[in-house]
Amino acid sequence: MVTRVLVPSGVLGLGFDSQALARGIAKGPDIICIDGGSTDSGPFSLGTGTSKYSRAATKSEWRQLMQARAEAGIPLVIGSCGTCGTDSTVDWMLEITRELAEELGQDLKIATIYSSQPLERLTSALGAGEITALEPAPEISEASLKSCVNVVALAGAEQIGAALATGADIVLAGRTTDTATVSALPLMRGDHPGAVWHGAKIAECGALCSTNPISGVILVDFDDEGFTVEPMAEDARCTPHSVSAHMLYENSDPFILYEPGGHLDVTEARYTALDERRVRVSGSKWVSSNTYTVKLEGARIGGYQTTILAVLRDAHYVANAQAWVDKLKTFVSREISKSMGLGDGDFDLEFRLIGVNAALGSIETKTGTPTEVGVLGIITAGDQQTASEIGKLINPFVLHYPLTSDEELPTFAFPYSPAQSERGALYEFSLNHVLQLKAPMDGFTLTTQDITHAQGW
Amino acid sequence: MPRVGDLVFKVRSKNAGPFWVTIDVFCGQQKAYETVSKALTTERVAELFRQPAKNIKRFDIKDLNVIKFSLPRPIVQGDRFDRDMHGAQWAVLLAEAEIELAA
Repeated sequence: MVTRVLVPSGVLGLGFDSQALARGIAKGPDIICIDGGSTDSGPFSLGTGTSKYSRAATKSEWRQLMQARAEAGIPLVIGSCGTCGTDSTVDWMLEITRELAEELGQDLKIATIYSSQPLERLTSALGAGEITALEPAPEISEASLKSCVNVVALAGAEQIGAALATGADIVLAGRTTDTATVSALPLMRGDHPGAVWHGAKIAECGALCSTNPISGVILVDFDDEGFTVEPMAEDARCTPHSVSAHMLYENSDPFILYEPGGHLDVTEARYTALDERRVRVSGSKWVSSNTYTVKLEGARIGGYQTTILAVLRDAHYVANAQAWVDKLKTFVSREISKSMGLGDGDFDLEFRLIGVNAALGSIETKTGTPTEVGVLGIITAGDQQTASEIGKLINPFVLHYPLTSDEELPTFAFPYSPAQSERGALYEFSLNHVLQLKAPMDGFTLTTQDITHAQGW
Repeated sequence: MPRVGDLVFKVRSKNAGPFWVTIDVFCGQQKAYETVSKALTTERVAELFRQPAKNIKRFDIKDLNVIKFSLPRPIVQGDRFDRDMHGAQWAVLLAEAEIELAA
């Protein structure tokens, strides 16, 4: 049976071409699937349990998708709600959905899947040997699990499938794998599993697999032998190259993709141009595993930060920027010790030279003399107050410290007042592990609710 | 000696999850692919990123004229010492690396 999946874009909040969406709806898809998250931007979203994207952008795009769903009469699914897919961001997405349902006058059955992992589940799984490290992984213990502020498990196609089986109009899922939302319905309908997972991976970033990535909208037809992918923007094309190259993107292995119940192997996949816009793919394999494991993501607080920024324009200091910060660091570390009684283990102070090697650090190979150098001081301490005290303490020295004792005190450019800024908590990723489950729903909670706003009698 | 970036269409890098970074060398043409896949050794890449060569996974993908290198991030994404949250600037170092071509 052919299953037609419409993917409006790689992530909700990034925008899509509305005309391309309308063209996709006109083609009669069976389901609309979109991703809502990723770890791309770092651990802050998971640490705080908040969305990276603005509520306004999210709501505006979700409104269009809810309207498209109502018009087509098909399910709409979002995975990894609110970037990190914690319970709090699923609830945030639910609140937006409820507001829109009221504004649009829609009757809806909404299913939610919660992916946050309670500490007791994790510690008991650790004790039972059901948590396994991936490569490379930080060491974990009961204490390190306790130090995590948020842990989520990545749901797969099985949990999305369970939500769709409730007959929900809209599925709001917590953290899921990139491919889970797209693969669920075609798998339920018996399409070729290798083709389903491969097509889902190709479609998960929307039109990134086409010649016009920002147009967003992609349509994939799955069947019992392969899949066909077509971009919905008029000026976009999918070519065997654009489609096959997408397996490289953000994948450490371009041929193998691990999912909760097995893995996809595309080594033997064949890509054929059906015409100028559409590509047919077959030969992808799905290999089931004996165990069902879900990936875990966790964040913990690694300290609190205050930063300070100064700009050196004086050529003498620009030319000697590294020597200057080395000397400055030694001097202020002594001052911090003297005034605050803090030693090396109590805080970190790092100066990065913007214009010299701020992006690559010690592996930078290029040298030269820049016009100016930005000095970014990053202070990390056990609490915000200490980090900020250190920021204030070093402020006058960052402004005026001389390279040698026999020269006039310099004054550098501070771009704002105060020169130091509080960054709040520093979150760190704390897990690269998988959790073994006896049954897919064991680590997840599925709920449904009906809401009524349609006018009529 | 020519630089990798002068010989190929594009070099791109990105995190592959918080614990890995992956670098794709899009050679464009088959001839460039054949030249660069020979001249750019895994050891050279390891030296460039100051990592042991055994940590680097290499894929020579002839059908796409792509050479791909994946390695565990020496500093995990978002760690206090991380300088490049998306790992996207690593590509520049490889693009600017000079390589010796076979005579």
